[in-house]
Amino acid sequence: MSIQLAGLCKSFGTKEVLRGFTLTVHEGETAAIVGPSGCGKSVLLKHLVGLLRPDAGTVAVDGVVVPDLRRKDLVVLRRRIGYVFQFAALFDSMTIAANVGMGLRRLRGWDRGRIEERVEECLGLVDLEGLGGRYPAQLSGGQRKRAGLARAIAASPKYLLYDEPTTGLDPVTTSVIDRLILRMRDELGVTALVVTHDMTSAFRVADRITLLHDGRARFTGTPAEVRTAGDDVLRGFVEGNPALYYGIQGGQDDGA
Amino acid sequence: MMLFPVTDPLSRPLAASGRSTLAALESVGRASALFAGSVRALRDIGIWGPLLFPQMARVGVASVPIALFIATFTGVVMSLQASYTLTGTIPHYFVGTMVGKTMILELGPVLTGLVLAGRVGANISAELGTMRVTEQVDALETLAYNPIAYLVVPRTLAGIFMFPFVVLLAIATGIASGWLTALQLLDMSSPEFIKGLRLFFEPWDVWFAVVKSVSFGAVVTGIGCFCGLQTEQGAEGVGRSATRTVVISSMMILCLDAFWAAVLL
Repeated sequence: MSIQLAGLCKSFGTKEVLRGFTLTVHEGETAAIVGPSGCGKSVLLKHLVGLLRPDAGTVAVDGVVVPDLRRKDLVVLRRRIGYVFQFAALFDSMTIAANVGMGLRRLRGWDRGRIEERVEECLGLVDLEGLGGRYPAQLSGGQRKRAGLARAIAASPKYLLYDEPTTGLDPVTTSVIDRLILRMRDELGVTALVVTHDMTSAFRVADRITLLHDGRARFTGTPAEVRTAGDDVLRGFVEGNPALYYGIQGGQDDGA
Repeated sequence: MMLFPVTDPLSRPLAASGRSTLAALESVGRASALFAGSVRALRDIGIWGPLLFPQMARVGVASVPIALFIATFTGVVMSLQASYTLTGTIPHYFVGTMVGKTMILELGPVLTGLVLAGRVGANISAELGTMRVTEQVDALETLAYNPIAYLVVPRTLAGIFMFPFVVLLAIATGIASGWLTALQLLDMSSPEFIKGLRLFFEPWDVWFAVVKSVSFGAVVTGIGCFCGLQTEQGAEGVGRSATRTVVISSMMILCLDAFWAAVLL
């Protein structure tokens, strides 16, 4: 057991975003959480790195309960987790190389030469060789996502969290990012949790897919099980059929 | 969060003022937490240490031209207005006294503080606000950086160290421009002006200006960081944070000005 979310609840004001979400991600697995935009997928990921505290429920990584950690221990945990942000969240005043090396500078025993070497290696892994000297504004959307991935893997994390890795990308670039996610799993052996609303991408990268609906895990299964499931809400989401998806709820979702 | 929706029209203003009070108290609580976090983050010198000198250059050195521009014209106007006010009543060398005293005690620190509230405070707020809404602050956390140590501490320390430096330069420039004005436009001689300047001069006055400017530096940069980190809702939110920073910083500067005058003079 590596990542465990049990009965997770989170509200912002009167808006209940998560209402008892439960999921376990096993070691070496790539799990995808799918759901429409604004359903709370990113909120869920932020709990895993302690950026948000749950109102109720358990968030545990490697058996360690994240909200209970003191700041010092949280820093140690975060070094084992790479986080790929939805819009890359690159530091725009720094070069790509500086961005990728940012986390390494906090590690003991990493001198300048070793950091530069690792940065080049990571940029190579995401096919951005030679672009380390550029600034984020000089890169395309897909390149920025890849740079964000390079930054996330720089410290050789055990876990990778992907927040909408393919949002806003064309189909070809989406495919490139999906292949990179698989490559990270195969070459680095990371355990990954991908949140996305892109079903094509989820089917390509995930060993298991969970539909987040109404703040809870509505369905969890392998891609094959998802394709053949009889659950109308899941089918509505997978097929992009609003009548099927919203019909079950008796009206249009408010986008929570 | 509105727990008890108010439907009675007469009660609405009361409910609105209650909500504003709660929001203000919440902001005070958050600001106190940021202050406490900043004090704790002083231990993380490995994070903020390398950033301190670049921030000192941005906050202080880059602010010198605008501060000196303001001080130059303030000195000119002070000299002319002092002459206009004193002519025929008090000896002319009191022009030097008035220029010196007002520049050191009041106009140097306060005008510079207000200018830097706009230049430095708004800049910090917009920068951190943009970082907040683009998740760069969250990214810092996931990379095991304490964002307070990385973003708040170096900027606030830079303000504390550099505001006095800029204010002292502005005071010197204001006095110098007032002196030149007296020589060129008021038919005063240098010994006359210097006699007036030295008449009621107390070294403590300079320390008073330094104490004030240290507090202005802490307030302007601290409020800039606070408003920036509280930013929500994209570009519009960044604009709101920058405006709020300038307004609150300016008000705080004037309040502190009165406070230090009451306590130290």
